[in-house]
Amino acid sequence: MKHTITVLVENKFGAFDRVATMFSGKGFNIRSISIGETEISEVSRMTIVTEGEDQIIDQVVKQLNRLIDTIKVIDLTDQYHIERELALITVHYQKGSMEEIKNICDIFRGKIVDINNKTMMIEITGPPEKVDAAVNVIAPFGIKEMARSGTVALRRGEQLNAAKKEYVLTN
Amino acid sequence: MSTEKPRLSGADIFFECLKREGVEVIFGYPGGATLKIYEKLYDIDWLNHVLVRHEQGAAHAAEGYAKATGKVGCVLVTSGPGATNTVTGIADAYMDSVPIVVFTGQVPSHLIGNDAFQEADIVGITRPITKHNFLVRDINELAATIKKAFYIASTGRPGPVVVDLPKDVIMSETEFEYPEEVDIRGYKPKYRGHYNQIKKAAEIISNAKRPLLYVGGGVIMSEGSQELTLLARENNLPVTMTLQGLGAFPGTDPLSLGMLGMHGTFWANQAINNCDVLVSLGARFDDRVTGKVETFATNAYKIHVDIDPTCIDKNVIVDLPIVGDVKHVMAELTAEMVKKPDINEWLNQINSWREQCPLEYEKNDGRLRPEFILEKISEKTNGEAVIVTDVGQHQMWTAQYYKYNHPRSNLTSGGLGTMGFSVPAAIGASFGIKDRPIISISGDGGFQMNLQELITAKAYNLPIKFIIINNSFLGMVRQWQELFHKEKYSFTDLGASNPDFVKVGEAFGIPSSSTDNPAEVDALLDNALAFNDGPILIEFKVVKEDMVFPMVPSGASISEMMVKRLNPNRMI
Repeated sequence: MKHTITVLVENKFGAFDRVATMFSGKGFNIRSISIGETEISEVSRMTIVTEGEDQIIDQVVKQLNRLIDTIKVIDLTDQYHIERELALITVHYQKGSMEEIKNICDIFRGKIVDINNKTMMIEITGPPEKVDAAVNVIAPFGIKEMARSGTVALRRGEQLNAAKKEYVLTN
Repeated sequence: MSTEKPRLSGADIFFECLKREGVEVIFGYPGGATLKIYEKLYDIDWLNHVLVRHEQGAAHAAEGYAKATGKVGCVLVTSGPGATNTVTGIADAYMDSVPIVVFTGQVPSHLIGNDAFQEADIVGITRPITKHNFLVRDINELAATIKKAFYIASTGRPGPVVVDLPKDVIMSETEFEYPEEVDIRGYKPKYRGHYNQIKKAAEIISNAKRPLLYVGGGVIMSEGSQELTLLARENNLPVTMTLQGLGAFPGTDPLSLGMLGMHGTFWANQAINNCDVLVSLGARFDDRVTGKVETFATNAYKIHVDIDPTCIDKNVIVDLPIVGDVKHVMAELTAEMVKKPDINEWLNQINSWREQCPLEYEKNDGRLRPEFILEKISEKTNGEAVIVTDVGQHQMWTAQYYKYNHPRSNLTSGGLGTMGFSVPAAIGASFGIKDRPIISISGDGGFQMNLQELITAKAYNLPIKFIIINNSFLGMVRQWQELFHKEKYSFTDLGASNPDFVKVGEAFGIPSSSTDNPAEVDALLDNALAFNDGPILIEFKVVKEDMVFPMVPSGASISEMMVKRLNPNRMI
């Protein structure tokens, strides 16, 4: 089963590598991994999408927690949370297909962000499943290049309040 | 600029930190990147720097020191090859949870990444084999980093920490201030077990009909031997130990079943298969213990006490996990026991297995057998010695025949199975233990993997007894070749190419002797044990074909033990 795990790590030299090394060393799957800044300058947030049976996921969470530079690990899968992914897709077009691609783009609330006389670049944002769906529909036109950000995710607000200060990032 | 705090060089800060951490001995080898540190070391008299002859030896020596004393072992090596030579020792310490701190020199910060002379990315290399590691990039972080390194290495589940020290950091100066405390928000080891879980465990053990304690190295690391002995004796609970657990409970106690697992005793493995409550204390259900996990202790309610949550449900799914320091948990368990379980029938059953299939070997053909030597060593030292083994057949025979009386007496490379461990680890141990004999036991193969350290033992006049069990083979591999690989003795016959071990010992200035005669064993061992003026070496030329039994074939269920050779007369 697919799991989305969010990890707060010290924003330090090598912290990302420790997580990646752990995953490869233990033979865990990574579907996507993203890392970026948080509201606190010395803390980064990683969002890891992985898959496996419950025992494997249990180990993934424990092994992540075991790393000295990880501050908090939360498996979001069974909690209310929002997932988003961004994709940039460069697709070939002809005169006849341009309108169709634009329509698809509108349906997925995407944007055309670049165009020349052979290709156009579409930006799609949304839950990873929506991005998958858009990619599937666009693929027959001929995707020249694609870049996906990997999933980022956060727990929904009311849960965070109910969690009674589950983590404190002071000191 | 403050006038109160002294300005010190990185090298001075390094030693000030070691002093504050109570470091008394450090195993090292100088080189270009650590010259400044060695310049300062020249005038330092409070620290015993032990010059090894290969950096791998330094790492294993630090392990031996740490395992024997419970203190943190320290290593100081230079950059590049100096650092990479420690990698096997670091991996070994990681697998066996040994607290060591390895200080590696590094090229100057501005050259890092430039393929500079003697540069290696040791922090990258050791990332998967350390509990944590640091590259010190700013001299102002040096003292706090060293403090953290010792804290991380020695607390929670112990392990190795690497601190990489670029040359410019060592050379520059700053105000020195040693932090009083360490606070790492991502690292808060949990020592107290959950009370309700412990209470529940005590109830279940109290009502068990066939309980069994399965004890690992964690009990020794947590200094929990007394608590274990109390728990077992007060409640009449039989105890089986892993390789690393040997010594946690006296081997001569009637409740001790000895070692379990691949080369464990028949009765210990039978007890595992038939117990109704299995209490794992600081052990990790390693594959050499469990055999085929699907058939491991299938009838038992499993309680697992470990300080490392990742150990729980990793190999075997348990019924009742308790995360905490096993010493504390055992003390609380003992206090919470509702009643002494009624298990006489169970103990009788175990004893009948003991009689059914004892440890035995051929005693009457006049040929020298390794089991005989190890039995003799156990008798003569009364289980009081510190035994440092290498890896292979002799290691398993030692585990079977040596009756350890004390924790921290059995120093062996268990998890990684590092040949070449014994000689340097014994050297390390002898810097920590002065009042008990230290006996290094190796096979002829492993002995040659770090024999350069013999001169370290000689140079410091360490009273180590180096025992070589020479069967002219890489015996354990040979055993597998015989049993599972069509008797193709591929590259395991060292007989013709082994050196003359007596001459080797003598070349290092060590009194050395050799025998293949069982009648001479007593005198040689007595002489060695009485000899305290430096190291001494004995080579025992033993029969080639002996195999370690009982044995659970790899991947088989531990109920499928091979208890003896099918054709006992077969020669190779």
